[in-house]
Formats: sequence, C-alpha cells, structure tokens
Amino acid sequence: MKAIDTELLTKYYGSKRGIADVSLSVDKGDFFGFIGPNGAGKSTTIRTLLGLISPTSGRASVLGNDIIKDKTKIAASVGYMPSESAFYNGMKVRDILAFCAKMRGLDCKGEAKKLCERLELDMSRRVNELSFGNRKKVSIVCALQHNPELYILDEPTSGLDPLMQREFFDILKERNQNGATVFLSSHVLSEVAKYCKSAAVIRDGGILVSDKVDSLGHTGVKRVSLRTSSALPKIAGIKDLKTENENTNFLYSGDIKALISELDRISFEDINITDPDLEEVFMHYYAKEDN
Amino acid sequence: MTLFLHEIKRNRVSLIIWTLVITFMLAVCVFIYPEMEGQMNEMTDAFADMGSFTAAFGMDELNFGEFMGYFGIECGNVLGLGGALFASILGISALAKEEKDKTAEFLLTHPVSRINITFCKLMSVFAQIFILNLCVAVVTLLSVLAVGEEIDLKKMLLLFLAYFLLQIEIGGITFGISAFLRGGSLGVGLGIGLMMYFVNIISNLTDSLEFLKYITPFAYAEAGYIINNSAFEWKYMLVGGALLTVSLLLGFVKYNRKDIA
Repeated sequence: MKAIDTELLTKYYGSKRGIADVSLSVDKGDFFGFIGPNGAGKSTTIRTLLGLISPTSGRASVLGNDIIKDKTKIAASVGYMPSESAFYNGMKVRDILAFCAKMRGLDCKGEAKKLCERLELDMSRRVNELSFGNRKKVSIVCALQHNPELYILDEPTSGLDPLMQREFFDILKERNQNGATVFLSSHVLSEVAKYCKSAAVIRDGGILVSDKVDSLGHTGVKRVSLRTSSALPKIAGIKDLKTENENTNFLYSGDIKALISELDRISFEDINITDPDLEEVFMHYYAKEDN
Repeated sequence: MTLFLHEIKRNRVSLIIWTLVITFMLAVCVFIYPEMEGQMNEMTDAFADMGSFTAAFGMDELNFGEFMGYFGIECGNVLGLGGALFASILGISALAKEEKDKTAEFLLTHPVSRINITFCKLMSVFAQIFILNLCVAVVTLLSVLAVGEEIDLKKMLLLFLAYFLLQIEIGGITFGISAFLRGGSLGVGLGIGLMMYFVNIISNLTDSLEFLKYITPFAYAEAGYIINNSAFEWKYMLVGGALLTVSLLLGFVKYNRKDIA
C-alpha cells in the first residue's frame, strides 16, 4: 500500500487548469518533497487529496483510502497543514488545539504541550493576535499533535524563522524515523534537497519528474568550470554557457571523454568538473525550456 | 456534539445581545400597557379609519382595546421582525462564514463528514433560535403576571410557537442558501428576512396578491388569525414546511459536493 497514489488526477476550475493528469506515487515511510513555482498546482493536488475539492477526472488514494469515498478515514490518519493558517478569531491557542483534538475524538493535551514548548508557542494567546509565523506554529501543532501516519504539509516553512524551521524539520525527521510518512510542498529548493528522500517537480499543472533525491542529482549532466584565456571550441552538448573574464562555466551532457579530448586542444589553468547541485537540477526543471 | 457546542459558544455574544434586546423590548411593551389601555380605545377607532394601512399590519382583525390584541401587534413587530433578522443572520453565516474567514479548510480536514458538520451547524442554528424564543416567552409571561393582565394562555403560546416556527423557517432557508455562497453574505440574509416581512405586508394590502402569502412565513404568524381562531393557518404553514425542507435538502447536497476555495 502506498501512502499517496494518484492516477491521471485532473482538476479544472471551470475552464481554468488546476492540475492535469498528475500521477504521483509516495511510498510509506518516505520523506517526500513536492516542488514547483507558485501556481504550478501544488496546493490543488494537496487539496484534492484531502477531499476539499473534487477531481474533474482521474483517481487517487491516500493510505489505501479513496479520496472521494473515504474522506473521513483519510482525515483521521492525516495531519494536514494548509498554506494559509486561518483560525476562529478570539479563540485561544489552547482552545483551538483542544477543539482540533476533540473533533478527532482524541485527547492530545500532552503532545500539544510538548510541541508548543519545542516551537516556543504561547498557548494562552489569542490566535488573531498572533503574528503570521506564530499562527503557522498553531497550524503545525494541529497537524502533529495527534501523531498521524501521514503528514501532508502545504508550504509549511514559509513565515517561520530559520531556527524554528530547523526545529520543525527536526520534529518531522523524528516522526519520519518512527515510521510516519511526510509529504510536503515547497518552493524552497534547498530545504527539499536537505531533508527529503524523494521529490517530485510540478510545473503548469503536470508532474515533470518524480524520483529519489539522490537519483535526481545524478542526471549525467556535469557542471564544468574552466579558467582559460582561449576561446572554447564548439562542443556538442554544452548548455548554459557563461563566460566572465577568464572564467568559463557551462553544463555538459554527453560523453565525458569527448569533452576531455576537445578541451585538450586548448590551454587552461584550472578545471573543475562536478555534479550540478540539486538546486541547479530543480532550477533546470523550473525554468521554461526555450527550445 | 463538539462542533455543536463550539458553534453556540462562538455565537454566544450575538445570541445574548439579540435575546436581551428582544426580551427587553417585549417586556417594556407589556409593562406600558396598563398606562396605554385608556388611550387604546381611541386608537382602535383611529386605526380603523386608516384603511389598507391597518390591514397591512394585520390590525384590522385585532382589537387594540384588549391586551391580547395589543400584544399581538407588538409581538408581530418586535419578535416577528427582530427574530426573523436574528434567524436570517444566523442561517446565512453558518456555512458561508467559514469560507469567508478561510476557516473552512481547517474545519473540513478533521475526520467528520461534511453531512455531519452541516447537520451540527444546522442544529446549532435551531438551538439558538429556540433559546432566544424560550427566554422571550418566559420573560414575557412573567411580565404579564407582574402587570396582572388577563390573557388566554393557549393563544399566547400559539403566538410564541408561530413566531418560533417562522424563525426556524427563515433560519433554515437562509442556511440552505448559505451553502451556495462563498464570501460576504450578511446582506443576502438580512435581505431575505426583510423581504419576507414586506411580502406579507404587501399581500395584506390587496386580495390579488394573496398568493404571496404562501412564500412568506409571516403569513402563518399573523397574530390576528391566531388570536381570533386559536389555531394556525395550516395551508401557509405546510407550504412553509415544504420550502424549508427543499432549501435544507439543496443546501446539504450542495455543501457535500462543494469545492472549498
């Protein structure tokens, strides 16, 4: 059984595309990053999985439960954090958390207290008096206090300061090590590269790639930087060529031996051939291809 | 139950204020009656000369010189109109407000089905209407005892029941409509409440518009008919019940499938 499994999931708002033919598979126990620019369809996918909106076509299941028929079961085993956290004005953090737990038929006071302490959230404050970041923390505790099997987090770190982001990811890692699945959307590439085991990139409503983060890094493409005063010969497979003073920098895909023998014909002072970093790989998917 | 209590708690200030205001105003009406009683006979004559205006407010069928007649009119204005506005505000905001305040996403991702959530919210609307009407009835009856007026208890209770049902109908209809709305909706609610009130007044003016009585619950809460006949006008009440049922059904079906923005 997969944690999340979608098949050609499509959602149109009238004639406006939300997502088209999204097929995504997240294993249990995974730490999955879902990345894409604003408006790519991240939230639409997540909100469809949670039954907030119904798909136009396609199917999907969460922890083996159908997203249309078994909404309640899904909600029971998922901890969801929306991208915008809105709560009932005038209620205290403590009351919101208690309400949240009661709606699940649970008592989560102990866990809520622990989480609030770790996130430095004052439970006696009223939610509408909180800053954006602190409201985000309330949202985190709501999603985490009942120890769900699956965490679906929509841009969870936006608005959190770096220290809190680290604490938050520490908690997620602990939960993940204890067997829970984490699925988070983000447009911060570095955090996905740092924490996630797998990732998928969505753009214009469709999945471009979905793989282990490690494999995503080994694309066969090399980042080459060269210090030379001579002009570069014409080599097939070079992309993203930038020359600044004596520093030449490009991406190369193709036979590495062919590259070396071509480069052998010019003189250079220094050379560096590395795997492009993940951020660069993601950027490559993000950017619209011009050709 | 959690959501039901949560709803009532969230609305408690508004419930208390509406209840206090309506209860207070009706009690004042009762307390000033002994003073006005003498002038009432003159007023009855004056009203009788006002033709269709008298009919519009249903005063042609009531004897202003008696406490019940006087109370029927006052009750119609204060509890009828006030209660209708309260009920329409409650009903219209029950579902739509969650989406306007963006709390719908929070609420609906808990393991409670939409049908269940809709039901709890509807029950909380009905419960609040009940609480308001109970307070009004108790305080009014106590006030009547205090001023020592003669009343026909059955007629009085029928009157209160009619206004309660009127508010249930308006609350339910606006609740059903609220399932179809997304943002600000208070205007729609108040509009419906007021419209129902005026539709009844207009339908009282001329016989050719009497069919309008079928769409407004104010028709079966007409104090004149209830006091003179000690009964409800069932035909209007049944149509009202049907309107209420249809609105609620549509509301439940719509909300169960609605895309939450």
